[in-house]
Amino acid sequence: MKTDSNHTNTSEVIPFWNDPSKRALFYQIGVLAMVGCLSYYLISNTIANLERQAIATGFGFLDRESAFEIGESLISYSAADTYGRALIVGVLNTLKVSFIGIVLTLVLGTFIGVARLSANWLVAKLSAGFIEVFQDIPILLQLFFWYAFFYEMLPSPRQALNPITGVFLSNRGLVFGIPADHPAHKYMAIAFAVACVLVYILTRWARKRQALTGRIFPVGRTSLALLIGLPLLVWSVGGFPTAMNMPKLGGFNFEGGLNLSPEFAALLIGLVLYTAAFVAEIVRAGIQAVSHGQTEAAMSLGLRKSHILNLVILPQALRVIIPPLTSQMLNLTKNSSLAVAIGFPDFVSVAGTAINQTGQAIEGVALIMIVYLCFSLLTSALMNWYNKKMVLVER
Amino acid sequence: MQSKTQITNETDAIKPPITSIGVIGWMRTNLFNGWFNSLLTIIVIYLLWKTVPPFVRWALFDSLWVSDGTACQQTDGACWSVVTANLRFIIFGFFPHDLQWRPLLAMLILIALLFYSRDRKRWKKSLGYTWVAALIIMGLLMKGGLFGLESVESSKWGGLPLTLLLSVFGLTAAYPLGVVLALGRRSRMPAIKTLCVIYIEMIRGVPLISLLFMSSVVFPLFLPEGVTVNKILRAQVAIILFTAAYVAEVVRGGLQAIPKGQYEAAEAIGLNYVQTMRLIVLPQALKIMIPPTVSVLISAFKDTSLVVIIALYDLLKTTQSVLSDPKWMGFSAEAYIFIAFVYFICCFFMSDYSRRLEKELAT
Repeated sequence: MKTDSNHTNTSEVIPFWNDPSKRALFYQIGVLAMVGCLSYYLISNTIANLERQAIATGFGFLDRESAFEIGESLISYSAADTYGRALIVGVLNTLKVSFIGIVLTLVLGTFIGVARLSANWLVAKLSAGFIEVFQDIPILLQLFFWYAFFYEMLPSPRQALNPITGVFLSNRGLVFGIPADHPAHKYMAIAFAVACVLVYILTRWARKRQALTGRIFPVGRTSLALLIGLPLLVWSVGGFPTAMNMPKLGGFNFEGGLNLSPEFAALLIGLVLYTAAFVAEIVRAGIQAVSHGQTEAAMSLGLRKSHILNLVILPQALRVIIPPLTSQMLNLTKNSSLAVAIGFPDFVSVAGTAINQTGQAIEGVALIMIVYLCFSLLTSALMNWYNKKMVLVER
Repeated sequence: MQSKTQITNETDAIKPPITSIGVIGWMRTNLFNGWFNSLLTIIVIYLLWKTVPPFVRWALFDSLWVSDGTACQQTDGACWSVVTANLRFIIFGFFPHDLQWRPLLAMLILIALLFYSRDRKRWKKSLGYTWVAALIIMGLLMKGGLFGLESVESSKWGGLPLTLLLSVFGLTAAYPLGVVLALGRRSRMPAIKTLCVIYIEMIRGVPLISLLFMSSVVFPLFLPEGVTVNKILRAQVAIILFTAAYVAEVVRGGLQAIPKGQYEAAEAIGLNYVQTMRLIVLPQALKIMIPPTVSVLISAFKDTSLVVIIALYDLLKTTQSVLSDPKWMGFSAEAYIFIAFVYFICCFFMSDYSRRLEKELAT
């Protein structure tokens, strides 16, 4: 009786400021109101300022003529094109440097990360030194250094450095020979793509068959043979075209070959060396995260060396490596925006020029943010998908 | 009997073969174990022999340390004079020449305090107060205007003091903001959680340079007519907002590592939210977070160099303006190597400290 009355009493007496759910509602409304007031204040100020300074608003400028040239572009572009097209050129340039940068970073970073754990004292110490030095120097400073390296320290094309045949380093950039145009090359690329698809199908089939029957198919060797053999076959059908398009000195610059501008080369070298130092640390940590007992257990099961690596070590190491690795790849993409400091026309640089010419800073900065946000969201979506696939299945 | 065994032990103790101890033994186990490693060692030594002696000759033997630009043009070696002749400008920027002892003193205080705080035994409340007092004194030394110190416009601040100021104040202010954001992200209130998630993910998704652009070109539009905020403060705000998002993720990691039982126990003894966080959760979480926080500090320190792009005279920009002087044109390598060395020393100490802490805190 007494407890009952007590109970009813307390349930009635709870004042609203002691009720967690009502209090939470109150807090949220408070915070939202504050954010709302702040944004109203900022927006009204902005509108007033824009009117006072007679700055146009909206994204109408995207359709207007840009009237500025862009140094390098993947698609055709001239000053008569629109701002919209100029910005697309910028996005493509960002994607180009990021993509090539990521591929090179992965290769170099893995190499240095493995070298860091080498039994060879000299190699291990040198890699450790590389990692420490390149991690601890700001990326912008490194970019400036490489830019100065190309413009100040390298000779003119006439005295270009020639470390390997067909590769020339001069203050006009990095030039190297590429195979001359030949119809067979296109078909070789198609053959390679076909080989990739075949390898994928083969891998799935082999895995299924192994699960059903236990018989092992030599996937690795067959795939390698397919990937190399098919393009080679097409090459031989095409008549072994070996002509190379070599750079030749003509006038004041090189002709022929593939020419990377000093800005692009400096940006690429800077980004790759800086990010590779971080990737190397991640790779090292990932390899060390797999305890030696795993290897020993796999050996005692009688697995072959390649199987130990493929079935035991890599799946566990990758689970540790992949998440920080993606964020490093994303960092590389974001850091490529520093191209603006050395004059490579990436997206930020083009958008900056557009802001200067039109005065529409808000739209310009918003575009920069949206584009980079899209990159990040896309990457994290891919990342989550991969994580779901790789996550430890606990039974 | 006993003495006999001892004697035999002494005489019979067979020394390891000469090839497995000492320098030779060390080389055999570390450099020449197996044909692959031997080959690797020889290639690496060859490459080092090709690169290191010329570099040393360039940097030390043929170099000029105190000369003018014209003498430098004639030598083959490095021209360190570009650094020594302009050292004061590189380090202090446009700070009035005869008042440069003030930023120097401020930096010395900062360095002394950092070294004093290295030892974890000294982390007490009094040290926190000392830090607050020191930060105020440093600000006063830079700004002046009180106690007979001549006032110096903040537009004249530059060089290393500016770099340190942006990173130290950036992290000091970003830390509390980051903790609040992290708590907000873990909150059960949907509106607050959504706001925090949007903020953190948005800031982490964009490059710092876009925020700096925003601070330099968009931010003035946000303010009512007639109100202006100086450029350094605007960049500082951008750096704080940026760093806070990264700190928030570090704090979130720390909070997630605290077992649920701790929260429940705190609730069971009747602590409210603020008390739970302040007395139970944060003290434990902050301890876990120290090493990742140091790495956020390191990247914040490196990222301050980006203010070059909005034309603030930090260490990198002062160096660049020295290099644009016709007298010193063409010595970028020497100047950049010098400031790279400055940055390296600072970052190396921090990362070394973080590694040591990690070892100390590992339980």
